[in-house]
Amino acid sequence: MKKVISRIAQSIKLPGLSFLMAFTITGIIIALSDEKVMNKIGSPIEFLKSAGASVGNAYLALFQGSIYDNRLIKGNIFEGFYPFFETIVTATPLILTGLSVALAFKSGLFNIGAQGQFIFGAIGASYVGFRFDLPVGIHIIAAATAGMFLAAIWGGIVGFLKARTGAHEVILTIMMNYIAGYFILWLLKTKTFLRPGRIDPIAPEVLDSAKLPLLAGENFRIHAGIFIALAAALFVWWLLTKTTIGYKFRAVGANSQAARTAGISVPFVITATMMICGALAGLGGAVHVLGSEHSLNADVAGSLGFDAITVALLGRAQPLGTVFAALLFGALHTGGRMMQSNTGVPLDIVVVTQGLIVLFIAAPVFVRYIFRLKKLNTSAALTSKGWNG
Amino acid sequence: MKKIRSNVQKRRLQGVIIISLLSSLSFLYFGLLKPGKDVTTFGFVLNNEWVIIKEWIIASQTGARIFSAISLVASALAIFAYKKERTIVFPVAIASFGILMSFLTWIASGKFIPFTGLLQGGLLLSIPLIFGSMSGLVCERSGVINIAIEGQLLASAFVSGVVASVTQQAWWGLLAAPFAGAAISYLLATFAIKFSVDQVILGFVINVLVIGLTDFLYKKLLIPHQNTWNSPPTFEVIPIPILSKIPVLGPIFFTQSIVVYLMFAIVAGVTFALYKTKWGLRTRAVGEHPTAADTVGIDVNKLRFRNVMIAGFIAGVGGAFYTVGSVGAFGKEMTAGAGFIALAALIFGKWSPIGALFAALLFGFATNLQSTLSIIGVAIPSEFMLMVPYIATIIAVTGLVGRVRAPAADGIPYSRGGSH
Repeated sequence: MKKVISRIAQSIKLPGLSFLMAFTITGIIIALSDEKVMNKIGSPIEFLKSAGASVGNAYLALFQGSIYDNRLIKGNIFEGFYPFFETIVTATPLILTGLSVALAFKSGLFNIGAQGQFIFGAIGASYVGFRFDLPVGIHIIAAATAGMFLAAIWGGIVGFLKARTGAHEVILTIMMNYIAGYFILWLLKTKTFLRPGRIDPIAPEVLDSAKLPLLAGENFRIHAGIFIALAAALFVWWLLTKTTIGYKFRAVGANSQAARTAGISVPFVITATMMICGALAGLGGAVHVLGSEHSLNADVAGSLGFDAITVALLGRAQPLGTVFAALLFGALHTGGRMMQSNTGVPLDIVVVTQGLIVLFIAAPVFVRYIFRLKKLNTSAALTSKGWNG
Repeated sequence: MKKIRSNVQKRRLQGVIIISLLSSLSFLYFGLLKPGKDVTTFGFVLNNEWVIIKEWIIASQTGARIFSAISLVASALAIFAYKKERTIVFPVAIASFGILMSFLTWIASGKFIPFTGLLQGGLLLSIPLIFGSMSGLVCERSGVINIAIEGQLLASAFVSGVVASVTQQAWWGLLAAPFAGAAISYLLATFAIKFSVDQVILGFVINVLVIGLTDFLYKKLLIPHQNTWNSPPTFEVIPIPILSKIPVLGPIFFTQSIVVYLMFAIVAGVTFALYKTKWGLRTRAVGEHPTAADTVGIDVNKLRFRNVMIAGFIAGVGGAFYTVGSVGAFGKEMTAGAGFIALAALIFGKWSPIGALFAALLFGFATNLQSTLSIIGVAIPSEFMLMVPYIATIIAVTGLVGRVRAPAADGIPYSRGGSH
């Protein structure tokens, strides 16, 4: 028992300290960019007081906007958790795209392409969602499958090209993201996708039979997508730890030379990984469209595909870790909106927090150096492979 | 018995086949299909340079045929050069030019193409890409992967805009920008070299940080205080006497602002330093074989650290181009992915300064061609034109221009007595 506790303590030490540093630095930035604080620079005590108030208010709004706000309670306590349900809605596609990036890391690939794969998932789901009239249940499955299929191909192209030519997946996926971005812009201008009567790029709304069911009634946006995301996390865990193909993925990720010697087909693993990664990110796009957006627009992916990378890095490419990381970043984004409207601190600061957390997580040696720690598990840092890898 | 070809010859064969196919396609398509209107007009005069021909009006169909024929002849010359085992660069360049002109003549029939303006705009769009790829080059030739070019450009664009705005002097902006780039480099160098963080992940995270921070400060400070914080003056164009009067070349190369002239100086400087100086030799040694370099007494990590800092200064000048060098005011995420295109140009150019320069020019030109064509109202959807640089990059890195190879030790942290 004692062993287990100390192991848990060891494993949360690095994330814990990284959080602490990231929120401290964010706080300093918030305070220094606040005019009310800077006007008091003459007297140190007043300055610190108002800095504390400024940062405190911002973080309070961040909490109220993402977890619990008692001002929202009108009838029952349930309503106070409205922000938390919003957090889950934001986190749902992030879990799926995060899993996509995480799985790629396990095979030694750095998938920056979740953005483009997400876009194709959204396109596929949206088309089947508004174009065909299918029975409830089947319609959702058909739409999600279509999205996953397109995205798997989009991801698979990268895997295939890398396996065949050795081109680096980072460059390939960045380029594929741009191509996907322009493709959706074009697509939304075509007769097939442009909503009748509209000139701005937006597709028709998916039919009711294709919408994911709401979980907590009409007043909350939370939908069944979260279960799909959790199931996907379970699937990735099962794939990686319980199946032969997952073992091959990890073997190639650990040492592709050794894996080749052991008779594993590295090109196959790379292509298969990228297809599954594509399908996961595509499912994220499908869930996003069928669950909360309901219609395809040009900015459907927002920055979800890029946030996914920070999510996977924070979750150390573990399925469960990715789920928690996505919830955390979902909370930061949801709460950030409240912080922006209530305290005037721009939402973009949460991107800085996010980046700092991941930077410190990726640099255990640095954290150890700052806190003068003797023992800190540094072996868990993620690595990708350089251009020649 | 099967003839054994060298790698170079193999690559040349691929090139010859592709260019011949493209030329034939161009001839079949643009040469035989009827264009929409009768004539195409090319304009050559932009400013007050000496005029040889002001406009050139050409029958679209005939023009397209002539240019395609030129590319076919050049392709034949390429085949000839391949047979003789000589370089095929020049015939391929001429053939590509022929195909491009044939396409332009055909597609823009009945319209006016400002030829000189097209090239000048292309050069301007490629300026930050060139600075960015030089930054990447100096880093990566010494063995540090630089994905953070985007962050360097964005941070220095921000700082130069703010400094120039507060001082109301474009020069101060240009002076401050390299230090912003170097600050990002310091972050990259410290974490990559001192703390051995994975460099690809690190670069990505640095970009996230810079985007978040500049977005934040833009909304918090620059928008509310537009007049004091975000209204920088810009550099004026300095026409070089006489040279700027040369038709076509004058407006493109010799009627530019100081930042563009700096670009030429830096590319020349990097090329010379990399291949002709002690520093360059050491840099390349450290990038290819750090252990060997260490054995002969080069401090590997110190040199790498210094190079990453130099790279930051170079990228910083490129960042200044966005604000004081062109439009003035800073805009949210105004670099819009140029850092990644610069990275692609570096790889496309096979980690050589001249190669990266031409790759960046090509990307800039392709982007400007797209906007020119969409302004004159050509029937191709602009989205597909915008994809061209990215598709070109994919084609490049997947090996159609020959397998590209990064410096051998690129991205691998160095520590004495053990490799990671």
